[in-house]
Amino acid sequence: MAVAVPTSDSAPAAPAGEILPTTSKPAGGGGFRSHLGSLLFLLPGALWLALIVVYPLIATVIRSFFDSSGQNFIALGNYKSVFSTTDILVSLKNNVVWVVVFPFLVTFFGLVFAVLTERIRWSTAFKTIVFMPLVFSATAAGLTWASIFFIDPHTGMVNAAVQGASNAINPPGLYPIDPTTGQTVSGLVATGVQVGPGGSLESKTTVSAGSTVELGLIGISPATLQQNGAATAVAPTAASGAITGLVWRDFSPAHPTVRGQVFPDEDGIPGLQLSLLNSSGASAATATTAKNGTFTFANPGAGSYRVQITANNFRAGFNGIFFLGTQSLTPTSSLSPTMQAILSLPIVDIAMIIAYLWVWAGFAMVVIGAGLAALNREVLEAAQIDGASEWQTLRRVTVPMLLPVLVVVFVTMLINVLKIFDIILNMAAPSSQAGAKTLAVDIYNDFAAPGGQGLAAAIAVVLFLLVVPAMLFNLKRIRG
Amino acid sequence: MSVQAASLPVAAQPQKQRRFRVRPSRVILNIVLAAIAIFWLVPTIGIAIISLRPNSAFQQSGWWTVLTAPAQLTFSNYQQLFSAGFKAGGVLDSLTTSIAITVPVTILVTVISSLTAYSLVFGRWRGRTVVFLLIVAMLVLPLQMALIPVASLYKIFDNATGLQLFGSVMGAIIFHVAFGLPFGIFLMRNFYSGIPHDLLEAGRIDGAGEWTLFRKVVMPIGIPALASLAIFQFIWVWNDLLVALIFLSGNTHQTLTLFLYGQTRALSSNYWIISTGAMISIIIPLIVFFAFQRYFVRGVLAGAVK
Repeated sequence: MAVAVPTSDSAPAAPAGEILPTTSKPAGGGGFRSHLGSLLFLLPGALWLALIVVYPLIATVIRSFFDSSGQNFIALGNYKSVFSTTDILVSLKNNVVWVVVFPFLVTFFGLVFAVLTERIRWSTAFKTIVFMPLVFSATAAGLTWASIFFIDPHTGMVNAAVQGASNAINPPGLYPIDPTTGQTVSGLVATGVQVGPGGSLESKTTVSAGSTVELGLIGISPATLQQNGAATAVAPTAASGAITGLVWRDFSPAHPTVRGQVFPDEDGIPGLQLSLLNSSGASAATATTAKNGTFTFANPGAGSYRVQITANNFRAGFNGIFFLGTQSLTPTSSLSPTMQAILSLPIVDIAMIIAYLWVWAGFAMVVIGAGLAALNREVLEAAQIDGASEWQTLRRVTVPMLLPVLVVVFVTMLINVLKIFDIILNMAAPSSQAGAKTLAVDIYNDFAAPGGQGLAAAIAVVLFLLVVPAMLFNLKRIRG
Repeated sequence: MSVQAASLPVAAQPQKQRRFRVRPSRVILNIVLAAIAIFWLVPTIGIAIISLRPNSAFQQSGWWTVLTAPAQLTFSNYQQLFSAGFKAGGVLDSLTTSIAITVPVTILVTVISSLTAYSLVFGRWRGRTVVFLLIVAMLVLPLQMALIPVASLYKIFDNATGLQLFGSVMGAIIFHVAFGLPFGIFLMRNFYSGIPHDLLEAGRIDGAGEWTLFRKVVMPIGIPALASLAIFQFIWVWNDLLVALIFLSGNTHQTLTLFLYGQTRALSSNYWIISTGAMISIIIPLIVFFAFQRYFVRGVLAGAVK
């Protein structure tokens, strides 16, 4: 093969390069018998390829010019559909994303790994670990990575890590309200409270020193209260010079319709952070509710105040990013549907590209590593003796000398992702399939759909035309 | 292993030793590569652990909690999947279907490729170069190009004979072999090109026929390349989803990849089946990989065009 890699090193006197049959004329006679014999050897392979590869290729091209029934010639009609149907433009767009991003990244990682592993003692172990996913099916790899990207931080590893970091920087409140699930702070209001600024709650009436205030909330589950150590609510008693009060769960199972009264089967809401707001709305003091829901502002001084239950009590925690969804990373919401299809960058594309890099980086590393081993070491050493740093040697000597191998890896991966199929079916969430699909997925879907075969044939021909440059590249490379 | 052997010529060793001693950045490099290696291992470890946890645990906590509570590991998922036995649609039936497709394809591709390559290298008919270049062109041909006409061919055949190709294991085998041949022929031809023609001439003078020469001279020399091809082909077909989706449609027997794909409809609730099935589907390629690593790597290197 054209890459100078030791593929045939155990063949006696096997040349690394290409020898076409024309250049190696067999010596001696032989005659008709062997001539016929060797042609017979060709027969099974030739028949098989002619029937299942060559004939279908031609038939598909012809089929692509006929309508869904296969009876009526419609010239380029199917091709017009390919490039004008929004649905297929989504696939084309995704193919472009894969083709632009993936071959470059995988070649880059392969080069970095190949170069770096030459400098460690445990390179065999490293190469084995990185190479291993190559034997996994894209199906298994896609399903595995889907689990890593699951939205629920309890099960999805990436979201668990993001949640850990998010909670460390910005901890959620004891009573989180998640607006993405339709919860609102105003839904908590029962007795004596109203919605305050910035998602807080505050007492409806003003209070002054020596008086009490009762704030009743609903919509907080007993489980949450139990988790926070709640005890039976106790009605507040007035204390001179202080503002005392209670925040409690204003729902009695025994009196389910009565609000504003503290029953013995109601719990206080513990751990709430409270702020005492003066008439200008500034915080004069803070307090925290006890297990039974009571609180005290010991020395507020003269004046009238409102008691605020601050917004951070209700701050929602991080609930996971839908990595397997089709939310666009580019702002496209103001565009027309067609432009959206073309310009959106679904987040799942990135997740799938990461998974696919995990599968194929080992391939790039091994092929580039083999190319690296075949380099002329004297040139590299000469560069180092001349005082070139390792980085200079890599950039000015190694990479240019490796370029043919890098191109082979790049082109191989390019062809591979043009045909990308399995990982999409298995990794993108079922609801994301329509936004994550590629041309190969369309071919499969249209093949299976009634009347879709003309279109499927046209998409297949488009895919084939996209592969033709790579085909010519290979032919040129192999002819030398 | 050969990944190592192939990439480090002996001549480079002394220089490397020196570099180990003088480079202070070596520690950082080792740490970075260790982190990458761990990153690469995590998905495999994760799926393995998920398959070894009780299916009720999946929704409640991450697989990484095993680090603090290893007692939760159990084989119950495997027992449950295996308890269905070889019923169609079950995991064991899928395993045997995958084998029933992969093994014949591997044998047919290696044998036919070998024959064709022999003819291309040692034959004396005209047009060998053209045929070889056609085969090189076929290397990158998307198999999507063939789906519709081959399905039609199968259906015509089925109607004419009353047999079943479309939707059968046999139909999948025939298709796989066709798309395995270009690479197989390419690899074997390159290998046979290195065999001196004198070796065959000597045999011909002694009156040996082509078949004898192929079997007694060329095939034995070609064993390393045949091994590479066979392993590469085995893993390639084992991991296929598209061909199985098309040509096994309507068949109650599924391949492992089809089995897994079928489970993805309700992803979160039955992930215990998916993780366990994925592990079962991974195990055979992994065994093949570790047992024949050097041959597989060679096949991959030669297949840098597929």
